Amino acid sequence: MKKDYLKIIFILFKKELMSYFNSPIAYVFIGVFLVVGNWLFFNTFFLAAQASMRNYFAFLPWIFLFLSPAITMRLWAEEKKSGTIELLLTLPLTDWQVILAKFFSALAFLSISLLFSLTIPVSLAFLGNLDLGPVFGGYLGALFLGGSYLALGLFISSLTKNQIIAFILGLAACFAAFIIGADFVLAGSPQDLIPLMKFIGLGNHFNNIARGVIDTKDIVYYLSFIFLFLWLNVRVVERRGWK
Amino acid sequence: MIEIKNLTKKFGQVLVLDNISFSVAKGEILGFLGPNGAGKTTTMKIITSFWTPTSGQVLVGGLDADENSLATRKVIGYLPETVPLYEEMRVFEYLKFIAEIRGLNKQEIKDRIKQVILICGLKKVLRQPIEELSKGYRQRVGLAQAIMHEPDILILDEPTTGLDPNQIVEIRDLIKTIGREKTVIFSTHILSEVSATCDRVIIINNGKIVGQGVPAELIEKYGGLEQAFRELTK
Repeated sequence: MKKDYLKIIFILFKKELMSYFNSPIAYVFIGVFLVVGNWLFFNTFFLAAQASMRNYFAFLPWIFLFLSPAITMRLWAEEKKSGTIELLLTLPLTDWQVILAKFFSALAFLSISLLFSLTIPVSLAFLGNLDLGPVFGGYLGALFLGGSYLALGLFISSLTKNQIIAFILGLAACFAAFIIGADFVLAGSPQDLIPLMKFIGLGNHFNNIARGVIDTKDIVYYLSFIFLFLWLNVRVVERRGWK
Repeated sequence: MIEIKNLTKKFGQVLVLDNISFSVAKGEILGFLGPNGAGKTTTMKIITSFWTPTSGQVLVGGLDADENSLATRKVIGYLPETVPLYEEMRVFEYLKFIAEIRGLNKQEIKDRIKQVILICGLKKVLRQPIEELSKGYRQRVGLAQAIMHEPDILILDEPTTGLDPNQIVEIRDLIKTIGREKTVIFSTHILSEVSATCDRVIIINNGKIVGQGVPAELIEKYGGLEQAFRELTK
C-alpha cells in the first residue's frame, strides 16, 4: 500500500516534470534565470573583487519572486481550463498524491535551474579562496525559500482557471510573504507586531541560512509554511463542485 | 452494477438534480437523454466522484462512491464532455501515462496499449503531439484513455459530438462491442444513436427523470423518439 502510494506520486511527478521540458517554458525559464542571475552578479563582482556569493544570494529571492509564480501558474489553472482536471481527479488517486506530485515536480524543476547556476561557485573557486559554508547555506536556503514560493503559488493557481491571474496573484502573495519581515516595512509598523512580522517574513529566515547558519528553527519554519499551503490546496481541491 | 438513490445536487440555491433514482444492470447500455442543462453531466460527474452530491447516494458495484471513492474510481472509465487531453504530450506518451497511473504492470502496459491502439484506430497518429490532432482523433484518444484499464463501467459524456457521420458509426459500434460485457452509460443529443445502441433510455429534464424505457417502447408509445423527447421535455 505504502509503496503503491509513492509509486503513483512518482508517475505523476514524472509526467509533470516532463511537461515543463515538452513546452518552451523550461528553456525560456532557465535561460532568463541564468542570464539575469549571472549578469546581476558579475556586474559588480569584479568591482568588489571578493570571492564570495553573498551578493548573488542577496538578489536571488527577488529573481525567484518573479520566476516561481511563472512555474506554478499553470499547474492547476491549465488543468481547469483544458478540462484535464476531470480526468486527474477521477483517477484512483488521493488529492494529496496529486498535490505532492505537482509540488515536487515544481521544486525539482527549480532545483534543475539552480543546478545550472553552479557555474558561479565553480568559477569563484578558481578565482579566489571561496568559503564553501555560505555557498552551501545559500543554495539550501534557496531551495527552502523557492519551495515556499512554489507551495504558495500552487495554492493560488488552484483558485482560478486563468493563468495570468494565477501569476499576478501568486506574485503579489509571494511578495507580501517575503517583504513582511523586511527592515523598511518593520520601521513603519506597530512595535508589538514587529517580532511576529519578523518571524512570518520569508526573507529573514533565508538570510540566516544564506549566512551559513543552519538553524532548525528556520528549517521548521519553511517546512511548516510549505505544509500549510499544500494543506490549504488540498482543502480547495476537495471543495470542487460546491459552488 | 450502478445504483443511484435519491440523488440531489444544489449549487447554492439552484437545484440541478432533484431526487433522481435509477439503476443500471451489468452489461447494459444506458442512453441518457435530455436538453442541455438538464443534469446529465452533473449525474455523471457525481457517479465518477468528481463532485459529491448534496444528498443521496451512488453505489458502484455495491460500494458507496463517496466513501469508497478510490475503489469505485478503479472500476470506472470516464470520458468527460471536454476530452481531457494533455496537449503538449504525444499520443503514445499520453496512453503510457494513463496505463501507468492506472496501476497496470509493465507487461500489461505494453499489451493493453497495443490493444487500445487497435480498438480505437490510433496507429497513424501515435507519434503526433495531441495538440495537432483533429476532433475525431481527439475523441478517439479520449476513449482510449477511458477503456485503458478494462473498466467494468464506462461513462461517456456526449462521446459523438463534433464527429462526422463515419466516425459516429465507428464510435457507436465500439460502444456496442464494449457494452456486451461492460456496463455503459452515455449521454447524447443524437436520437437515432439511442435506438441504434441502447438497451434502455432515461430522459431527464430540469433535474428530474421524466421518462424511461426500452427505445422500442418509447417509439411505440410516442410515435418516435423525437416525439417522445419533445413531449417529455417541454
